[in-house]
Amino acid sequence: MYAQLVETGAKKVPTLAEMTPEEQAFQAKIDAGIKIEAKDWMPEGYRKTLVRQISQHAHSEIVGQLPEGNWITRAPSLKRKSILLAKVQDEGGHGLYLYSAAETLGVSREQMVDDLHAGKARYSSIFNYPTLTWADMGAIGWLVDGAAIINQIPLCRCSFGPYARAMVRICKEESFHQRQGYDIMISLMRGTAAQQAMAQDALNRWWWPSLMMFGPSDAESINSAQSAQWGIKLFSNDELRQKMVDQTVPQAEHLGLRIPDPDLKWNEERGHYDFGAIERDEFYSVLKGNGPCNKERLATRVKAHEDGAWFRDALMAHAEKRAARAGKAA
Amino acid sequence: MTTKNLPLWEVFIRSQHGLAHKHVGSLHAADAEMAMNNARDVYTRRNEGVSIWVVPSASIVASSPDDKEPLFDPANSKVYRHPTFFPMPDEVKHI
Ligand SMILES: [Fe+2]
Ligand SMILES: [Fe+2]
Repeated sequence: MYAQLVETGAKKVPTLAEMTPEEQAFQAKIDAGIKIEAKDWMPEGYRKTLVRQISQHAHSEIVGQLPEGNWITRAPSLKRKSILLAKVQDEGGHGLYLYSAAETLGVSREQMVDDLHAGKARYSSIFNYPTLTWADMGAIGWLVDGAAIINQIPLCRCSFGPYARAMVRICKEESFHQRQGYDIMISLMRGTAAQQAMAQDALNRWWWPSLMMFGPSDAESINSAQSAQWGIKLFSNDELRQKMVDQTVPQAEHLGLRIPDPDLKWNEERGHYDFGAIERDEFYSVLKGNGPCNKERLATRVKAHEDGAWFRDALMAHAEKRAARAGKAA
Repeated sequence: MTTKNLPLWEVFIRSQHGLAHKHVGSLHAADAEMAMNNARDVYTRRNEGVSIWVVPSASIVASSPDDKEPLFDPANSKVYRHPTFFPMPDEVKHI
């Protein structure tokens, strides 16, 4: 998802009997639905996994501003431009809430940002695809923010208090993101044949990358089982992906758009849609840095950070000078 | 390159007149003025508040989870601090 393939360090998920008394007490709290707070005792693996998961999530929000930022100056009307600007600004806020949640675990934001810029930390594979037309703004809001909502709503109930509270704030804002995207698609589908074709083309390009956001099947994954035991992963990747397909197909039908999957079919018996498998090779290749835009995205982030360094320095110098002057006066 | 990191601040918002300020999150800022501007931009974009407090995180003194028992357990045995401890006769009203 926004955090894909999070490493837990676990070789095997421990049973209660294999845990130390401290770990047992910790697990009992999680099983009872009592939130873990930053200063509470926690296993080192839980802390490290959360830092990885939350920082990956934060990086995704920040890097995720770039594909849409690409269209702010080219939005087709002032209204659309204001809306897109507000949406992208929200994503910056989401990054901040999440970095703050991770900082409660004793890692600094600078360290997390440095890790991202050094290529040591991941962000979601979805933001490494290019935004070629205005219809991509519709498809991203509808599908990418739609997928984010499916992933994030359960995380509002995750075991770590600061992460859960950040997710509550984020989820309140995401619904606007998804709707503004769907609204763009509605407008395009009411337009000319060329505009309708543009909408279909955007869906064709974003459908599979959106389903890949949920990651590969993790039914057998020890990392996922460990994260489930810790209450920081509440549904499997396949369950969430199924939910995405089931809720999106009727929305596409309403628009009059065709989902680019020959295997897509309603399964009466299961009460769900059957659908094709994601391309695992493409997923891993994009995650490893070989997607169409990986290098450009990271280079843009690094440049923005470095270009702003003199300004951050000046802010600190100004604040220190004023504090020193106030100290002298007192 | 930046040598000093911007300090951390905690943000408290009064959501409506008559309510207390409530912790909503944190942010980084060089000074109080920047913390206030950032808090406004990040935490009140949808009319979430009528008043903002920003406090340097380093100024907050927090109780430790290890002190939970000495701090809070003594209250458990003092049930007489609650009005329900005193049964009142049914015929006595307004008490
Ligand atoms: Fe977001
Ligand atoms: Fe969003």
